[in-house]
Amino acid sequence: MSAPSVTLGRSRPRPAWHVATVVETRRETPTAARLVLDVPTWPGSEAGAHLDVRLTAPDGYQASRSYSIASATPAGQVVLAVDELPDGEVSPFLVRDLRPGDQLELHGPLGAFFVWRPGTGDRPVQLVAGGSGVVPLYAMAAAHGAAADPAPFRLLYSVRTPDDVYFADELAGLAGPAFALDLVYTREAPAGWPDAVGRLTREALAARTVPAAHRPHVYVCGSTGFVETVARWLQELGHAAADIHTERFGGL
Amino acid sequence: MSFVTRGFSGRRREPDTRLPPGQTLVQDWPVLSAGPTPHVDTADWELTVQDETGTDHRWSWDELLALGVEDVTVDIHCVTHWSRLDMGWRGVSLDKIFEDVESEHEYVMAHSYGGYTTNVPLEDLLDGKAWIATEADGAPLDPEHGGPARLLVPHLYFWKSAKWVRGLTMMPDNDPGFWEQYGYHLYGDPWKEERYW
Amino acid sequence: MTHHLDGNVLAGALSEVFTTDMTAARGRCGGCGHMAAIAEAMVYTDAPGLVARCAGCDQVLATVVDTGDRVILSLAGLSAVELRR
Ligand SMILES: Cc1cc2nc3c(=O)[nH]c(=O)nc-3n(C[C@H](O)[C@H](O)[C@H](O)COP(=O)(O)OP(=O)(O)OC[C@H]3O[C@@H](n4cnc5c(N)ncnc54)[C@H](O)[C@@H]3O)c2cc1C
Ligand SMILES: [Zn+2]
Repeated sequence: MSAPSVTLGRSRPRPAWHVATVVETRRETPTAARLVLDVPTWPGSEAGAHLDVRLTAPDGYQASRSYSIASATPAGQVVLAVDELPDGEVSPFLVRDLRPGDQLELHGPLGAFFVWRPGTGDRPVQLVAGGSGVVPLYAMAAAHGAAADPAPFRLLYSVRTPDDVYFADELAGLAGPAFALDLVYTREAPAGWPDAVGRLTREALAARTVPAAHRPHVYVCGSTGFVETVARWLQELGHAAADIHTERFGGL
Repeated sequence: MSFVTRGFSGRRREPDTRLPPGQTLVQDWPVLSAGPTPHVDTADWELTVQDETGTDHRWSWDELLALGVEDVTVDIHCVTHWSRLDMGWRGVSLDKIFEDVESEHEYVMAHSYGGYTTNVPLEDLLDGKAWIATEADGAPLDPEHGGPARLLVPHLYFWKSAKWVRGLTMMPDNDPGFWEQYGYHLYGDPWKEERYW
Repeated sequence: MTHHLDGNVLAGALSEVFTTDMTAARGRCGGCGHMAAIAEAMVYTDAPGLVARCAGCDQVLATVVDTGDRVILSLAGLSAVELRR
């Protein structure tokens, strides 16, 4: 058990600075863009890792922000999905102004804790995402699918409307016996949707996630308020604190 | 640093001769927090000044206000590069507080509810240069901005204006407070850009 | 209404000082003795530096100040750090 993890630790790429060239930017949701970046020096990353994007203005002013990596592989390419915060400094630039050919500085890959590694056991994995918080969890689901890993996966994804689903086609494509996808719509659901529309509740969380008795590894990601609420409910539902991994994106 | 991101300028940075070097003018009031926000009721609030004999001089909320509240208009400069100009504040001058305190020591450590500390030379708190502020922008200070009361030392970087102030301890030496231990300048004059060690 | 992030967000800053990812390392809080991964600390980023606090008792575990040409790291609130080889 311990030998493979030692090897994994040693082979994990060291974080470094990279120059990325924008290959493509496209609408991901009404408020978010998907950025496909060509990064020749990029070593690839573990599913769930993030990177820091650094922007430099002509007068030398710099701003940097963290973004989760949607693509675990291949090396040489990075996919990000960025949600625009109306008053934000960096996200409106990334979503609206970036064009193919533009260059960005990236520092990464970063984070060896909020990651999922194939072949590390058969306990089930429960992912819980709010909004753009699905990005690192999508990377985990994709890595799980690519590795044909036997651990059962399930994603509970809270979004405002059907248009706000990130990686909608890719997630639908992954869904199957090894990966269950549950959506919660907080504002508007597709016609004929059987469940109530509205904020995620503790009861809905309990009903649509792997029960604590099955000892799932749980990964929760989204705005700080979402993560805090869900992590508290999970503990109330009997999940051990050590089984709950969180990634707060900020905000309320 | 030769790398430039095409089209990126960041938040608007307007030059203004009233701004110290490296500062940007803002109209809003950004909230910085290095920890959970303490919520202190004025009924429980107390200010303690401790001198070298260990004697505590104490003021309750009402006793503080009874010392006399004044209105001041000052500029504030945060070390994270934003400044606000002509900001209206209300508070009690520290001259009033120190009237009652005898001390040979030349330095003060400000202590806050929540554990924050910052060091300031005594002379920077006297002669109308500093206040225990209770209101800003015409309203009582809300907890996010340091309410019910914060130190206001506008001629130094704003981390010296300790939020949620509860005590001032006289010190023989200029010992570093919280940020001063972790990399920030012992004095913090914005006009000399004394940001870091 | 105080915002904080997870210790994961320290990965970039700490990688400038350490050769291994430190967010997966565990540390003991010098205040209450709580043992947790650095990634599980509460990190306040809307501040003059990054401030990592113990999830058990709020004590400051670590701070990172970026001066542009220097990075100043304090681990003064941790009594021990455990790194897996
Ligand atoms: C480890 C990590 C991974 C992240 N991954 C992603 C990702 O994959 N996709 C993505 O879109 N974002 C991600 N984020 C959030 C991202 O780093 C920025 O915080 C976000 O893009 C806002 O930056 P900004 O400069 O536009 O806004 P700022 O100018 O920094 O902030 C503007 C206002 O919005 C508030 N705010 C900041 N963050 C949020 C938030 N997440 N939700 C609501 N309000 C907020 C601020 O308090 C402020 O009032 C991640 C954050 C972390 C810590
Ligand atoms: Zn502790």
